[in-house]
Amino acid sequence: MSAEAPSILAAVELRGLPRLTWGWTAVGLAFLAVALGIGVLVGPVRTSPGDVLLALLSALHVRGAPGLADPGQASILWSLRLPRVVLGAIVGGMLATAGAAYQGVFRNPLADPYLLGAAAGAELGATLAIAFLAAASPAFVNVVPVAAFVGATLAVGAAYVLGRTVTGSRNPTTLILAGVAIASFLNAVQIYVQQAQTNSFRQVYTWILGRLVTAGWDGVLLIAPYVALSLAVILAHRRLLDTLGVGDEEAASLGVSARRVRLVVVAAATLGTAAAVAIAGTIAFVGIVIPHTIRLLVGRSYRVVIPLSMLGGAAFLVLADAAARSVASPAEVPIGVITALVGAPFFVAVMRSTRAAAM
Amino acid sequence: MTSVSFAAVSIAYDAGVVVRELDLDVAEGEWVGLIGPNGAGKTTVLRAVAGLVRYTGRIQIGLDSVTDFAARDLARRIAFVPQSPQMPAGMSVAQYVLLGRSPHLSYFAREGVRDRRVVADTLERLWLGTLATRSLDRLSGGERQRAAIARALAQESPILLVDEPTSALDIGRQQEVLELIDSLRTERGLTVIAAMHDLTLAGQYAGRLALLVEGQVKAVGPPAEVLTEGSIGRHYGAQVRILRLPGAGHVVAPVRTSPALTSKRAAE
Repeated sequence: MSAEAPSILAAVELRGLPRLTWGWTAVGLAFLAVALGIGVLVGPVRTSPGDVLLALLSALHVRGAPGLADPGQASILWSLRLPRVVLGAIVGGMLATAGAAYQGVFRNPLADPYLLGAAAGAELGATLAIAFLAAASPAFVNVVPVAAFVGATLAVGAAYVLGRTVTGSRNPTTLILAGVAIASFLNAVQIYVQQAQTNSFRQVYTWILGRLVTAGWDGVLLIAPYVALSLAVILAHRRLLDTLGVGDEEAASLGVSARRVRLVVVAAATLGTAAAVAIAGTIAFVGIVIPHTIRLLVGRSYRVVIPLSMLGGAAFLVLADAAARSVASPAEVPIGVITALVGAPFFVAVMRSTRAAAM
Repeated sequence: MTSVSFAAVSIAYDAGVVVRELDLDVAEGEWVGLIGPNGAGKTTVLRAVAGLVRYTGRIQIGLDSVTDFAARDLARRIAFVPQSPQMPAGMSVAQYVLLGRSPHLSYFAREGVRDRRVVADTLERLWLGTLATRSLDRLSGGERQRAAIARALAQESPILLVDEPTSALDIGRQQEVLELIDSLRTERGLTVIAAMHDLTLAGQYAGRLALLVEGQVKAVGPPAEVLTEGSIGRHYGAQVRILRLPGAGHVVAPVRTSPALTSKRAAE
């Protein structure tokens, strides 16, 4: 036993391993907390932090809590503002994490959650639902998300099958090309349907630009299980995503099947992305800007990038939504416009300030 | 049992047959150098042993066929250092070497104390301790090669496959890397199969050489028997002299006896 003591010490002193530090975790959590606070307080109806607390307490039926002076305000907070903020956090965290996961399995910095056709599939599904099913269906609200979810998963599934069977290659690039082909095809069909049904144009367009409007907590509860499962699976692959960095062949010589990791991670990321897109539309840019910002600021290991993308993406989208609600109040700007408008310059600033360290 | 044996191994890619009916036995703890002109199939043979390419015939580790092992089990027996390993930008040397522990981890497992200890010891042994936090893209050629070997050693596999370990290195780093592999071989009883370009170094470090030409073994044996002027002239299309240095192995020296050179000399 005593003979082993020196090498245990050596192991303890092993430096250079990526790990999520408490400091960065705290920064991420604080950023999210601030974003949630701003998200809840900002809106056409002014509220104070005290109001929010009281509304929360009364909604949770805490005994002895004083009621809010204005019950209407409590209702706005509980059934409109809070679910919207929570939905923003879920969707933002999901899209950023899925983007990071896609970048990892494809070793491609430009990959985003829509790479294999998830957005195109969701858009086609939503367009078809709005154009043809909306009139026929009594519960219109529920048809579009389901159609978008099905469209997204079918598109990615088709891309995967196409990439595997047509080329028979082990190269992940062929999978990306298959995704590009599927996405262009579905986009063409979607535009065709949209042109033929001009009366649904505005509704489809609004949907594509993304929005976080929901009726109460239903939307949140609807997608939460899919997102939770997706995030859990992606988080569990942090180590293997780093391993894939050496390429498929070297990963195989280390006993890791890159294809299996890719299949599982793509399936998980697609499930979560499809759920997010179904409720919120195809919000752009979050899946690329957030993971890369984390890489530039903290490090490139997926052990760091995945959990911090989750927190950063959640906070970013909540803030973007607060901006979408307030810049042109009482009108709303589509949230996808905000994410790109704010995200792009921010990303450039981060790139410039960390250029020396990253390159 | 960590001997490696090939029996009637043939390997074909889409473009055609690369290795034909290869028979070769590599004993435990031995260093066998695979030599041969470009495109002879040296790399392909190594990839087949590592389970990275399909083949017909039989490749065995001890008494077990390579194809009988699951990928992780095989990676615990065989470590493969490719000619130009992919080194992800921004990854630290320590994390890169830690990847070598992958075969010892189940799908969702994280590295433990023992894994970190093996990495720390390996870094120390390969004089990479001070470079542990250094990013891979900031290493010199020799340091990169040592990092790649360190990752393979962290696998703790008894068989080491090395593809052209010295191709990008200056002559001093070439000797350093080959001396390192040889001392690790004796320390740990590793079985080494190395594809080698430089015939002089191959003859000095390998116990035996196998000359591969167009996917077929033309000669196997001690360097003195395989490295002959006639054989190298025939298979490489090269003009060489074999210089035998007492106590320092052989030197395969290219020579030029072209008319240009002789006529210039005559003019002087």
